[in-house]
Amino acid sequence: MSEVQTAADVLAVVLLLLGAFLCLTAGLGLVRFPDVLTRMHAGTKPQVLGVLLIMVGAAIRLQGWSATWMLLLVAVFQMLTAPVSAHMISRVAYRRRHVRRDRLFVDELRTGEASDRLYRGDEPADAPPEEPARALVESRREDGDLAPD
Amino acid sequence: MTVVYWLAYGLLGVGALLALVRLGIGPSLLDRVVATDTLLVIIAAGLAVHAGLQRDPTVVPVLVVVSLLAFVGSVSVARYIGGMLVSSTGDGQDVGLPEAGEERIARSLEADR
Repeated sequence: MSEVQTAADVLAVVLLLLGAFLCLTAGLGLVRFPDVLTRMHAGTKPQVLGVLLIMVGAAIRLQGWSATWMLLLVAVFQMLTAPVSAHMISRVAYRRRHVRRDRLFVDELRTGEASDRLYRGDEPADAPPEEPARALVESRREDGDLAPD
Repeated sequence: MTVVYWLAYGLLGVGALLALVRLGIGPSLLDRVVATDTLLVIIAAGLAVHAGLQRDPTVVPVLVVVSLLAFVGSVSVARYIGGMLVSSTGDGQDVGLPEAGEERIARSLEADR
């Protein structure tokens, strides 16, 4: 009964293996990456895509509606809760300074003197998209910090 | 089929082991939260792989509980660490830790070089 017989079984096994491979990449990323935000980036791979692949594979193999609904519930729950927990963890990580600032190109949350952010939230809705690098150079040139080239 | 078992559980096991390594070496509490979250997801994935490969639907309700537990655990620990903020400077950042431990370690490594 637990043997692979049909094409659906092959598909299910391939999906399960893909999900397991994503779990391996999450472990590798957790060990290799330098700070909390990048580790979260690695750890979230199996949280959404891996769980979805594995749930689809298991639902194909289990062939029962009760199991399918429960697996669907788990998948929907993961997709609802993963952004919430990631948001909370990254917010606390930023505030507790567990973020490597020397690895950041743009830090839009930073306020005060060294702010990288030019728009203050009161610009018109049709304002051009913020281009931090160029706009930053321009504003610093206006301030006289940077010699015009 | 045996090859599939070994491959799937091997991939999951190595992933869980690496997450455990990160859980052990830290260095900060949030790294451990992220590692625990990933570990619980890998455990849920392992249960689902078992259910799928063995056609055994009895462990499926456990999956719901494990995914719920991962969410509640990580959010409550994140809120606990957020509650540890005692005061903040004008730029919206607390004055707890001066800089990331990873950044300090990287800087000392560069200084040694």
